[in-house]
Amino acid sequence: MSAASQAPSETDLKTRFTPSLIIGLVIVGFWLLVALFGPALAPHLESDIVTDMSYAPAGEVGLLGSDYLGRDVFSRLLYGARMTMGLALLVTLLSFSLGVILGFIAAISGRWIDGLMSRINDALMAFPSIILALIVMSALGTSLMIMIVTVAIIDSTRVFRLSRALAMDISVMDFVDVARSRGESLWWITVREILPNTLAPLAAEFGIRFTFAILFISALSFLGLGVQPPAADWGVMVKENLQGLLFGSAAALMPAAAVASLTVGVNLIVDWFLRRMGGDVSQELMN
Amino acid sequence: MSAVIDIQDLWVEARSSGGSFQPIVEGVSVSVYPGEVVALIGESGSGKTTTALSAMAYSKPGCRIVGGSITLNGRDLLKLDQEERRQLRGREAAYVAQSAAAAFNPAIRIGDQVIESTAIHQLMPRDDALREAVKLYQRLDLPDPERLSNRYPHQVSGGQLQRLMAAMAMSSSPALLILDEPTTALDVTTQISVLSAFKDLIRGQNTAAIYVTHDLAVVAQIADRIVVMQNGKVMEAGATEQIISRPENAYTQTLMAAVRPPPKSMSVEGEGSDQTDDEMIVSVDSITAGYGRTETKIVLQDVSVAVPKGKVVGVIGESGCGKSTLARVIAGLLPQRSGEIYHHGQELPNVARRRTRSVLKNIQIVFQMPDVAINPRHRVREILGRPLDLFIGLSASARESRIDELLELVELPTSYKTRLPGELSGGEKQRINLARALAAEPEVILCDEVTSALDTVVGKAIIDLLKKLQANLGVAYLFISHDLSTVASFADHVVVLYAGRVVEQGPLASVLAPPFHPYTRLLLSSVPELRTDWLDGVVASKAHLDHLGQAVDSSKVGCPFFSRCAVAVNDVCNRQDVPLRKMDQGHTVACHLELDALRG
Repeated sequence: MSAASQAPSETDLKTRFTPSLIIGLVIVGFWLLVALFGPALAPHLESDIVTDMSYAPAGEVGLLGSDYLGRDVFSRLLYGARMTMGLALLVTLLSFSLGVILGFIAAISGRWIDGLMSRINDALMAFPSIILALIVMSALGTSLMIMIVTVAIIDSTRVFRLSRALAMDISVMDFVDVARSRGESLWWITVREILPNTLAPLAAEFGIRFTFAILFISALSFLGLGVQPPAADWGVMVKENLQGLLFGSAAALMPAAAVASLTVGVNLIVDWFLRRMGGDVSQELMN
Repeated sequence: MSAVIDIQDLWVEARSSGGSFQPIVEGVSVSVYPGEVVALIGESGSGKTTTALSAMAYSKPGCRIVGGSITLNGRDLLKLDQEERRQLRGREAAYVAQSAAAAFNPAIRIGDQVIESTAIHQLMPRDDALREAVKLYQRLDLPDPERLSNRYPHQVSGGQLQRLMAAMAMSSSPALLILDEPTTALDVTTQISVLSAFKDLIRGQNTAAIYVTHDLAVVAQIADRIVVMQNGKVMEAGATEQIISRPENAYTQTLMAAVRPPPKSMSVEGEGSDQTDDEMIVSVDSITAGYGRTETKIVLQDVSVAVPKGKVVGVIGESGCGKSTLARVIAGLLPQRSGEIYHHGQELPNVARRRTRSVLKNIQIVFQMPDVAINPRHRVREILGRPLDLFIGLSASARESRIDELLELVELPTSYKTRLPGELSGGEKQRINLARALAAEPEVILCDEVTSALDTVVGKAIIDLLKKLQANLGVAYLFISHDLSTVASFADHVVVLYAGRVVEQGPLASVLAPPFHPYTRLLLSSVPELRTDWLDGVVASKAHLDHLGQAVDSSKVGCPFFSRCAVAVNDVCNRQDVPLRKMDQGHTVACHLELDALRG
């Protein structure tokens, strides 16, 4: 199917690449490059103390000044990109694998298993996620591994709900009945008939969950449970340098702006993706 | 007398997938005088709804009116601003949509929805409006008019809702009524009552009406003039009589040909094909099936049907009679509660997954809605290839050429195999569905309303294709439809279902000739004919409106058709089990009356 598949005859670049998509791609592309090459480009190490002056203003020390310990904010921002985005990606991948698999199992199994899984999921969702993470992590410790798994499991409850609902919607479609009347196995029906039809909404959800994960990890780091110093994470950096705001330092604002811009960028792409998947409006009108 | 609505040289454009605007209505002119009904006919995409909506200066999102003039009651609508147009809508021009079920808000009482436009335009006090509404209910033959306003939409039937839509539109006494396929979603028997109600109302109020439909036979009953549209252009326009009896345009002629396929020749009796001699591919024996776990809703009761080799068995009945359920039971998608399914005399497990591969191969199913019966993420090659892999097992090159063959069989170009379903039209999708069923080289295909979601012309092409395949490949069909004329044009054997029970079955010619079951008689007389005086005749001669759309409890004792039956005998028909009256050639009628009484 790969060789023969051809692009639709009418491709209009104007509707394919909207301005908001381009802005989103530029922002996300920029941060991806920073995550890849940032540490190599950084003038200092993330833990290097380059001056004995706390909250040195931008331009005086390094590009963006120094933080509360006199470290180079610019260098730490570059290092933090890899840490923050890498963690978020890992967490989101993990939560999606878990959520989608369990959600599909719930959707296609009998009402007993589905009921049990859904009620457990509801119970987990009933806790405010940040409190739940705090409880688990203060009990189990604050290593990176524990944080990743904890956040991923908490996040997967949302993915579970979505993928279960999607799979249930699709499992009642006639083409699934056609497959069943052919005697197809449950596995085939799930993977070949249901899964391809859930990919679009799941991919959109992935984008949103990714930004949520950044915010969640930043929040945990801010509370001192996530990434531990001296490692640079945007959330940690905001927390460390909060006091600097009193002295007019931008050390806390820079990582906050980085989180904000990445969130906006990813969401612009997701919005575009959802619109494209929404189908062609004018074609429906022709009927 | 001047026209209520006068549309001249209308041009409408729609935004295409590329973002550029393409014309969808090109230079259409329509005018309607008071008390007159003008029908816009055409298949989907012909621009008939767009034209009708423009009479309210409304265009759907993504569309825009780019040229022409629209004059309603002497005012040019295109010169008015948004607020002035809004004032007109619902007051001077009102719209009745195709699906009443979707147009009513389920959480608001019927009365408040019917008088909504009088309330919005502040035409009269609420109490007066509600009193007026009751009068409208009476004119529309709605049951219990005094209390109807206090009910919720789910408490009335589909046909009643459709009539309520008309009441809603008429509540503000508009000068122009736009009816957009108002009876398309209804059963034939319900359609009659709705049509005659509309007709009376329009004549009574001296309203001008635009009637949008694809069904010429319906139009013949209600319209004074007909405008035939195709691809946004007017093909032919003229008085109803003239269009129906002497269509001049070639497209109108194809439309006419597609409306009512002529019944298959009635001389089947002479063939002497006694049913029991034929080999039965599939037969079901006293099947009872239903939905729900704890409180079961029985949909099929004690149904026995058999499909002989290479023959067409038509199953007919109105929506909710269980005809689709029958196909699902046979296909192993819905396990029956009792009764057996046989394949060449061998009993089958009730779940598809437990059946053997050769059984699965031999019984294929094609569903009603082509859009949801194909996985939108699979290319045509995968859709056709899967049954080949599963049931036939071919080498890569043989598989490829077999896919080409299948596409040719359903009269589609072989280049289609790389397409996704989204790149196909409804009719093409249905052809792919057929090809998918044929790929397994089955002995029987269960066709569940395969043409009902399609336009008349496209549907006729599918039927022609089915006939051709039957002649060439010898495949048998269980052909399920609510459209008696389609079944009559095609089937060898007819099964009439009512409320989940077989009320009559037998060879086509015997079922279509007396003695009839009373329900078969009702069905036969309900199929609109291409005569302009047909509706008046039917309404005058029959008590069609009685008990229409009443919910039928299929678990009750006695005859399920009792409440609608014109010849029912009280205390017999509703108290005792229905006897099965047998005639020759396997023709059976389930009725308390003697066969001689049913002949008249």
